[in-house]
Amino acid sequence: MSASEIPADLLFQNSHEWARLDGEIATVGISDHAQAELTDVVFVELPPIGKTVDAGDPTAVVESVKAASDIYSPLSGEVVEVNPAVEGDPSLVNTAPYGEGWIFKIRISKPDQVAGLLSPSAYGALIS
Amino acid sequence: MSENVLHSPLEAAHLELGAKLIPFGGWAMPVQYTSILNEHAAVRERVGAFDISHMGQVFVTGENHRAWLDRLLTNRFSKLLPGEGQYTLMLNEKGGVIDDLIAYRLSADESLLVINASMIPEDVAWMEKHLETGVNLRNESDAWAGIAIQGPDAATTFAKLFPNETLPPRNGISKTAGGEIICRTGYTGEDGFEFFCPAAKGIEFFNAFIAAGATPCGLGARDTLRLEMCYPLNGNDLSPEHTPIEAGLGIFCDLEKPDFMGRDVLAAQKQNGPAYKLTAIEVTEKGPPPRSHYAVLNAAGETVAELSSGVISPSLGIGICMAYLPAACAKPGTPLKIDVRGRQFAALTVKKPFLKSTQSSKKTSA
Repeated sequence: MSASEIPADLLFQNSHEWARLDGEIATVGISDHAQAELTDVVFVELPPIGKTVDAGDPTAVVESVKAASDIYSPLSGEVVEVNPAVEGDPSLVNTAPYGEGWIFKIRISKPDQVAGLLSPSAYGALIS
Repeated sequence: MSENVLHSPLEAAHLELGAKLIPFGGWAMPVQYTSILNEHAAVRERVGAFDISHMGQVFVTGENHRAWLDRLLTNRFSKLLPGEGQYTLMLNEKGGVIDDLIAYRLSADESLLVINASMIPEDVAWMEKHLETGVNLRNESDAWAGIAIQGPDAATTFAKLFPNETLPPRNGISKTAGGEIICRTGYTGEDGFEFFCPAAKGIEFFNAFIAAGATPCGLGARDTLRLEMCYPLNGNDLSPEHTPIEAGLGIFCDLEKPDFMGRDVLAAQKQNGPAYKLTAIEVTEKGPPPRSHYAVLNAAGETVAELSSGVISPSLGIGICMAYLPAACAKPGTPLKIDVRGRQFAALTVKKPFLKSTQSSKKTSA
């Protein structure tokens, strides 16, 4: 397995989603490792804006040629924005998993959950 | 993977190439090496190499064997000349499909059946149960490695490895001077051949085909390629519950033959029209990939079937799928809906195959 890129400014969870925190807004996507495992993302199902989710809830679906995978929200909150670019070009999840391939943003409702997420080094250890 | 999973003689080569292995038909087989979409494109535009070592080889000999194959299988085997092959089916007493296979007349007095990996024990047991005097079976499935070379450049790839050999014509079979078996058949809709050699020589040949320009391709691309052509996959699109008439494979069933297993059921269905038809369906709006077992609804919103296979077609960029539809909604141009996790997407029945013209057919017709 080739080494996956893990940016230092993100937090992760075991199911391979990342969160980037900016105040009370968390941007969520899937890790480089996860996209490499899925390969060839051909469809992303986005959640409705305004949907309230709990941490661990299936919130979006990323589909590769062979399988559909639930994307679990790493934090509780309300979906405030989704990324229309990945609907039009699902391969952005493969080519820019930490950038243009983000999936949704939530306004977090339980900030203390952030401490329970994995640091980049802890996530790196998980996938090594 | 479970302990009793079977391993291809090419497995070390797959791992060397970084393949991802998955369980398939009781075997650990590569689903992809780098990308299903890239591997699919390689076969449509150039040439790909697939490990088909999991498939079974049963050699049949004996003075009665050709007449016996006429009774065991749906197509008329006895019309084949040495060096010819044909797609055919093995049915149960109810006319349901046990397996689909290619039967080749290897020489004047020896024939070869290439059968599906998951069905080897069942097929062989069925053949032994219905064996007649003057027929001998040799199940050599473990002894052979198999490699399918598929794509418009397949013939030039063959010439690089075998400069002194000639490819057999379409559906034909021949042996090289070294004893390897070459079948001009495949499961992708492209020109190509299926190559069988002793298991111990499999990796050497696989790597030689790759060195000659073939892209290693996994089961993922094999599935998207075959579904674009509406080639059925046994276990998905074929089952003991459905006949080849229902599957749209009537042209491979010679009802002129006086008797073969399942013939009466097929004859009645052909006369009265089958109640169900394996139908090609295109998803007409942008949406998630259709997948097997998703519900199919008619215009009135009633569930009429479930999908037997489905993918987003890499060549066409749309969802393509098949289902056994009631005859009333199987006519091309019938609007349907596919249910994906509670959301419904518009779909339309179409004529088979989804991909009307492949690179190879364009090339040969040019």
